[in-house]
Amino acid sequence: MFTAAAIAVLVALALAVTRAVKGPTVFDRVLAANSVGTLAILLLSVFGFLTGRPEWLDIAITYGLLNLIGTLAILKFFRHGDLAFDVEEDE
Amino acid sequence: MRALLVDALSWALILAGSFFTVTGMIGLLRMPDLFTRLHAASVTDTLGAGLLCLGLMLQAGLTIVAAKLLFILALLFFTGPAITHALAQAALHAGVEPWLTEDRRDRPMEPERQTDIEERPLAPAAQ
Repeated sequence: MFTAAAIAVLVALALAVTRAVKGPTVFDRVLAANSVGTLAILLLSVFGFLTGRPEWLDIAITYGLLNLIGTLAILKFFRHGDLAFDVEEDE
Repeated sequence: MRALLVDALSWALILAGSFFTVTGMIGLLRMPDLFTRLHAASVTDTLGAGLLCLGLMLQAGLTIVAAKLLFILALLFFTGPAITHALAQAALHAGVEPWLTEDRRDRPMEPERQTDIEERPLAPAAQ
């Protein structure tokens, strides 16, 4: 049954990657990348149970934290064209 | 008997989670524009991940593994809406047009409302 869950997550991963390749705007690609991150967390969790080694969950947690920071950094870069953008300078 | 019941419940939760995960990603692929895709992708973030993690927690029992799964669940619970909000805000700021700019009675949205979105201060989550 863990195999079924893993296959479902892999199918969802394929759909998300398709959207990332197709996506007309850069924001569609960021959204797809974020979904790929979420699905990677789920796949790692299920894989830990599948192989009977719960250490995979630590990797999943790390991936979740990286996913948040990475997505926000990419959004900030595409919004301002600069990662060190300061609101005060703009006004 | 009790073990069997917990097992059956956890399998049902895992299967439902798998179903919603795939459903959300089909929505991400099929929806017509960015904002409806955001809506579809949140199904995977909330229902899919939530049910899958709950099912896995029932399999793990009261161990450190269940605590880690709970942590992953809390992480997704708080970061998902923040990222969705920042993404929608950034897309509006960059001038991505929503698919429907009219309401259900075919009236265009009030002009104040559209300019208001452009001039709103930066999202705190994006800083």
